[in-house]
Amino acid sequence: MRAGDLFGFAGAALRGHRLRSTLSLLGVAIGVASVILLTSLGEGARLYVTGEFLALGSNLLIVTPGKNETTGGIVVPLPAPRDLTLDDAEALRRRLRGARHVAPLALGEATAKAGDLTRTVGVGGTTAEFMPLRKIHLRMGRYLPAGEGDRGERVCVIGAKLQDELFLGRNPLGEALRLGDDRFKVIGVMSPRGVSLGTDLDEVVHVPVAQALRMFDLRGLSQVMVELGSHEEIQSGKARAIALLKERHDGFEDVTITTQDAVLGSFNRILALLTAALAGIAAVSLSVAGIGIMNVMIVSVSERTREIGLLKAVGVTAPQVLLAFLVEAALLSSAGGLVGVGVGIGGTHLVQALYPSFPMAPPPWAVPAAVVVSMSVGLVFGALPARRAARLDPVAALARR
Amino acid sequence: MIELQGVTRVFEVGGRPVNALRGIDLVVPDGEYLSVMGPSGSGKSTLLNLLGCLDRPTSGTYRLDGRDVTDLNDLELSRLRRHKIGFVFQAFHMVPRLTAKGNVELPMTFAGVPPEERSRRAEAALLSVGLAARMDHRPDQLSGGERQRAAIARAVVMGPTLLLADEPTGNLDSVSGGEVVALLEAMNAGGLTLVVVTHDAVLGGRARRQIRMADGAVVEERRAEPRSAPLQAAR
Repeated sequence: MRAGDLFGFAGAALRGHRLRSTLSLLGVAIGVASVILLTSLGEGARLYVTGEFLALGSNLLIVTPGKNETTGGIVVPLPAPRDLTLDDAEALRRRLRGARHVAPLALGEATAKAGDLTRTVGVGGTTAEFMPLRKIHLRMGRYLPAGEGDRGERVCVIGAKLQDELFLGRNPLGEALRLGDDRFKVIGVMSPRGVSLGTDLDEVVHVPVAQALRMFDLRGLSQVMVELGSHEEIQSGKARAIALLKERHDGFEDVTITTQDAVLGSFNRILALLTAALAGIAAVSLSVAGIGIMNVMIVSVSERTREIGLLKAVGVTAPQVLLAFLVEAALLSSAGGLVGVGVGIGGTHLVQALYPSFPMAPPPWAVPAAVVVSMSVGLVFGALPARRAARLDPVAALARR
Repeated sequence: MIELQGVTRVFEVGGRPVNALRGIDLVVPDGEYLSVMGPSGSGKSTLLNLLGCLDRPTSGTYRLDGRDVTDLNDLELSRLRRHKIGFVFQAFHMVPRLTAKGNVELPMTFAGVPPEERSRRAEAALLSVGLAARMDHRPDQLSGGERQRAAIARAVVMGPTLLLADEPTGNLDSVSGGEVVALLEAMNAGGLTLVVVTHDAVLGGRARRQIRMADGAVVEERRAEPRSAPLQAAR
């Protein structure tokens, strides 16, 4: 028998009971569409989080003072940690091999006043190197001036939201901003960035690090950020940085270095698991659709018992009958699969159009997997009805009323 | 050429054996016109199913055209039915979603005959049963007589040597029944062996050779001179 004729015969049989075929096709379509939509959701979330981390820099070391070590059992008393000083930051900048940018960070909070308007702002004392390190873009003006970290003029760069709230959106360059008791000259405005890993960069004021240390009367830095040349250097860079600081701190290892790697890795694992869980839930609906197909095919076989008897009488073999019904089931489910892929991708785009900030991305394997799975659903759930058809006794089948 | 030797067929009904055929010996030469008559349950349909290789004897041997087909497997029996045997049923057994032509093409479709040849042969077969004008109609658009004529076209389109008809006029009025019988007899005149199972004495009486069955055995056999009068006149 020719393949084309086989498909023609199966297709004609499906058109013979159009409503029933359409409904079971719809079942598969819903199953496949939900697999695609739900995995898109999970994958979108994963890509979003990964993107956030990459924006921060996957080759970043964050050095904080003190040794945060959680050990079970006895807490060994350590000598009070030394401060992380500007000199430490400078040493890292000059002597750490592979360091591309090093930026000290002294954090505090202050009341900002511009004209009659006041509000509380986060103040970050840092250096010019913070800009390329955190990939900060400016809306206007310039960033903190390059130069020695231990002195600094009273200049500041403000977040986009502060321009709107304290200066009512007008150009603040050259104007005065009072932070606590000190007057600073606004020299730049950062582009809107939004919340990036817990800090809203739109609501902070950046000042030279020496000014922040003085203002908040700090003895040491809050942290030092180190950007390495590449992601691959992160482990060796971390070891070298620890060694360097240990040497400077009289042999005590009293700093903690955090990398984004570990965090990113666990987020990735959690979210990949989430995607798999969502796919599993969607797969349940696909298997329900498969049972729908089985049901339709069983009804079809019992309805067409006499036809099967006739086919056998005119010399159609049992394997041919089996094949004809399997092809019928596979056609039904793969048509449903195609509709489902269309609906799923369409739905993804629709959600994207309605809620642009909602991350959705069908994983690359979703569409081919949906097609293969839906076709196998037809073959697996069509097997039982097809076998039943192939095994019918022609004499009994023909005699059926 | 059909040769049955000591053929029996036992069914299990409710765990108890029922002898549908008890030792049938029958030889039907090529081109024969044989009618099998008898009351319901006499075994005549079982005999027809055995002759048509839809069923196997419990014991005894069946030789078709010199070949022992008793122990052939399902695939070989299918092939035999495809090429050597044509069936005509009381209930027509047309596939409802296919046109008359589609129904006639069906055996050829599954035999792998290419579409153009299929179409040509189906049209020729429908022409020979007088349905050339109706071949694109579906069964529900055809009368009973037309359906049975299309079924005959389907039965002969693969060029069988044996044509088996089970109550071919049972669901038809006398006029279309007469047309159907005339067609079957024309096929027989063209060389096909024709076996008609019926309990209609008038139809059965038209065959050159007639056997009567009761309780699974042949109880009477007679030969009649071929008649040329049309069936309607005989009734």
